[in-house]
Amino acid sequence: MKFGVIVFPGSNCDIDCFHAVKDALGHEVEYIWHDTEELDGFDCIILPGGFSYGDYLRCGAVARFARIMDAVRTHAAAGKLVIGICNGFQILTEAGLLPGALVRNKNLKFICDTVPLRVETTDTPFTSLYKKGEIINIPIAHGEGNYLVDEDTLKKMKENGQIVFTYVDNPNGSMENIAGVCNEQKNVLGMMPHPERACEEILGNTDGLRLFESIIAAVESESVISAQAVKNRHTGTRRKSAMETSRSKPIAFTQKEELLHD
Amino acid sequence: MKAKVYVTLKKSIADPQGNAIQNALRKLGYTNVEEVRIGKLIELDLGDITADEANAQLVKMCEGLLANTVIEEYKFELC
Repeated sequence: MKFGVIVFPGSNCDIDCFHAVKDALGHEVEYIWHDTEELDGFDCIILPGGFSYGDYLRCGAVARFARIMDAVRTHAAAGKLVIGICNGFQILTEAGLLPGALVRNKNLKFICDTVPLRVETTDTPFTSLYKKGEIINIPIAHGEGNYLVDEDTLKKMKENGQIVFTYVDNPNGSMENIAGVCNEQKNVLGMMPHPERACEEILGNTDGLRLFESIIAAVESESVISAQAVKNRHTGTRRKSAMETSRSKPIAFTQKEELLHD
Repeated sequence: MKAKVYVTLKKSIADPQGNAIQNALRKLGYTNVEEVRIGKLIELDLGDITADEANAQLVKMCEGLLANTVIEEYKFELC
């Protein structure tokens, strides 16, 4: 599978993400300049942390209009995976690909620390290899990580299992201790903590590794399903694959498969 | 046509910057200050268009970029 890391002017965690995927996970990854128009051939797109466009106006407000963002929308609408980390999360909320908004930390400080997170759901392509309720330690580094969303949307998000990570000790004032959320279809994830900085023993923390391994497992299972679906169509039969009967099948897969069979 | 756009956090949303400034003002002796809210002032020169056109443009600009209506509210004036 192939990851793509989008580089906006002012991104500064793009190299960390690239390194984690290439060297810690041994998977194919490419940088994608923000002025690019297409994302063909990529399975998972990472919007990295940093200060895109100097955080002018609001964090992520200008990056949202970058040419690449139309392709990110198309990629997400096709059920493919998108993950926004830190500034990437802020961009995804500004772009309307994720609900809510991120505002100034309650204590007004830029917080650089490693904090415990609770994995709230494993029913996403990003968290399937964690255990529900598991506590993992992931670094944070942000000044605007205070997550806000209106009550009605929050209620729907809870019902639909869109709260993915929460802080054990809320560092920034986020509503309901929220550290990471996904969209309704569960193929777009945004989180303030940096899993890409927790992928190697030498850095003293590998708790972020399983997030990327979950993505890889999800994409590789999907390609097995796609291949099987094509094969079945040719032979005129339709057997259930292991993934189809899996309890934790991400919605993104369902959509993809329906597309293939319709 | 020139315009001023004011963007502020919605009243329902806590403004930690405003609280910090309020505390600083109190330390300066202005103990009567009960609330401070921080916002943005954006000045625009819209060129040679009518007031109606400017009003229509400004609403779209605010909804589309200048304010994030999840957390902020806006008002503007032509001048």
